[in-house]
Amino acid sequence: MRANFIFSEVWIGLRRNLTMTIAVVITVAVGMAMLGVGLMINSQVSMMQSYWYDKVEVSVFLCNQGTASERCKGKGITDEETTALKAQLEKIPGVAPGGVIYENQQQAYENFKQSFATNKALIDAATVKDMPTSFRLKLTDPENYEPIVKAAEVLPGVSQVINQRELIGKFFSMLDTLRWAAITIAIILVLAAALLIGNTVRLSAFNRRRETGIMRLVGASNLYIQLPFVMEGMIAGLIGGVLAAVLLIAAKVFMFEEITKFIAIGAPLGWDEVATSITLTMVIGVLICVLASFVTLRRYLRV
Amino acid sequence: MIHFDNVTKVYTNQNRPALDHVSVDVDKGEFVFLVGPSGSGKSTFLRLVLKEERPNSGAIHVAGKDLARLSNFKVPHLRRRIGCVFQDFRLLPNKNVYENVAFALEVIGKPRRFIRKVVPEVIELVGLEGKAHRMPDELSGGEQQRVAMARAFVNRPMILLADEPTGNIDPATSIGIMKVLDRINRTGTTVVMATHDAAIVDSMRKRVVELEDGKIVRDQSRGVYGQAY
Repeated sequence: MRANFIFSEVWIGLRRNLTMTIAVVITVAVGMAMLGVGLMINSQVSMMQSYWYDKVEVSVFLCNQGTASERCKGKGITDEETTALKAQLEKIPGVAPGGVIYENQQQAYENFKQSFATNKALIDAATVKDMPTSFRLKLTDPENYEPIVKAAEVLPGVSQVINQRELIGKFFSMLDTLRWAAITIAIILVLAAALLIGNTVRLSAFNRRRETGIMRLVGASNLYIQLPFVMEGMIAGLIGGVLAAVLLIAAKVFMFEEITKFIAIGAPLGWDEVATSITLTMVIGVLICVLASFVTLRRYLRV
Repeated sequence: MIHFDNVTKVYTNQNRPALDHVSVDVDKGEFVFLVGPSGSGKSTFLRLVLKEERPNSGAIHVAGKDLARLSNFKVPHLRRRIGCVFQDFRLLPNKNVYENVAFALEVIGKPRRFIRKVVPEVIELVGLEGKAHRMPDELSGGEQQRVAMARAFVNRPMILLADEPTGNIDPATSIGIMKVLDRINRTGTTVVMATHDAAIVDSMRKRVVELEDGKIVRDQSRGVYGQAY
C-alpha cells in the first residue's frame, strides 16, 4: 500500500470536483453544527434541571392593599393574620422544618431590582408599594409540590400560589422545542449531505473511469481502487466537521454565554460539554461521509 | 494454462448464446489466434478468462485455478497474472509513457525501487527506448499500442490477452506490434490474440481457433485466417 499514491489520487479527486466538495463541506458543517447545538442544548437542559429542581420553592403571595385577586376580597392582610398564616403554612406536610420565610415589600423590591437589573425603565416605574409580600416555602421533596400548592391556596389571606417549578418548566419546554428543531434540521441536512456525497463520488468515479478501469485490469485490489473515493468523502466530512466545531465554539461563546447574562441559568454550559458535542458530531459526520461514499461506490464502481 | 470445458455463456436479454458449449485448451507458452466475425464470441472468451463475466454452464480453469471457485476477493490476484491489450490502447492521457507503465505496478503496491528497475527494461523490450517521457498524444498509434503492451507485460504475467491489438493500426506498423507480441511469447508467456487481421494470422503461422456464432468451428495448429483445405 503506497500512501502517497492514494493521497495524490484523493487530492486530484477533490480538486476536480471542487464545487461539489465545497457543497459537501458546507452541508456537513451546518448539519453537524445543528446536531451539536442540539446536543449542547440537551446537556444544558439536563444540567439546569438537576441544578434547579432541588432549589425550587413555592411562593405564597399574600393579599396586600389593592391586590386584584378574588380571594382577597379587596382587603389587605393584617400582621396578626400573617403570623397565623405562617403557623398554618408550617403545619402543611411536606414543607421543610423552618422552611417558611417571609419576604416583605422592601425585600421583594430588592429582589425585583436584582432580577431586572438590565431593564432600567421597569425598575424606575415600580415602587416598593407595588411589591407583594409573600412566604417562600422550602419543600422536603421538591418533586412532590402539588399537594402543598393545593393546601396553601385555600388558606385565608393568600392571593396566589406560584410554583417556580412551573415557571422553569415553561423555560425548559421552550429549550426542548429548540433542541428538537435543531436535531430535525440536523437530520435533514445530514440526509442532504449523504446525497451530495453520493453524487460527488459518482462524478468522481465517472471522471476517473479510465484509471479505475486500468486498475481493475492490472489486478489492483478492491481496497486500492475504492480507498481514494472513500478518503475523498472522509476528508470532505472531516473539513466539514472542523468547520462545525468552529461553529459550535461560536455558539457556546455567543449564544449560551449570552443567554446566561440575561437569565440566571444557574448551571452554565462548560467547555467539556462542548468538547463532547464536537467529538460526537465529528465522529458522526465522518462516519456518514464514509458510509455514503461506500454505498455509492458499490453502485457505480463495479469491481 | 487456459482450459475451457463445455462453457456456455448467454448474456441476459439475449436468446442466442455468446459462447455455445466451447471446450478448448491452451497450453503454457502457446500463441493462439482467436478468429471469427464480429459477435462470434471472441471478446466473450477473453472476458471469461479475466472473470469479468461468469459462464452459465461449464468450467473454466486459468493458471490452474477453477474460476467458479475463485472468490471475488481473489480475482485481482488472478488478473495480476494476466496482461491485457486492447484495440483502443486505454492509456492514461495525463501520464507519460513511463508513468503509464509504472501505474500498473503502483496500483498493485510494488515498491518504488522495483518499479524504477523494471519499467525502463520493459519500455526497451517494446522498442520505445528514448520515448519514456513522451505523452500518449505525442505518439503514433503503433507506439501507443507498444506502451499498452509494456504496461500489460511489466508485471511478467503468465498470460497475455490481446483483443484486436492491431485493429486501429496500419498494416506496416502492425508487423512491429506482432514482433513485440512474438518477443513476449518467447519469454514463455502464453498469448491469446483475438483478431480480424487475415494477413497477420497468415504470416505468423500459429495455432488458430475459429469461432462462429459462439461455437468453435476450427482449431488448427500453424493455421491461416481463412479456411485451410
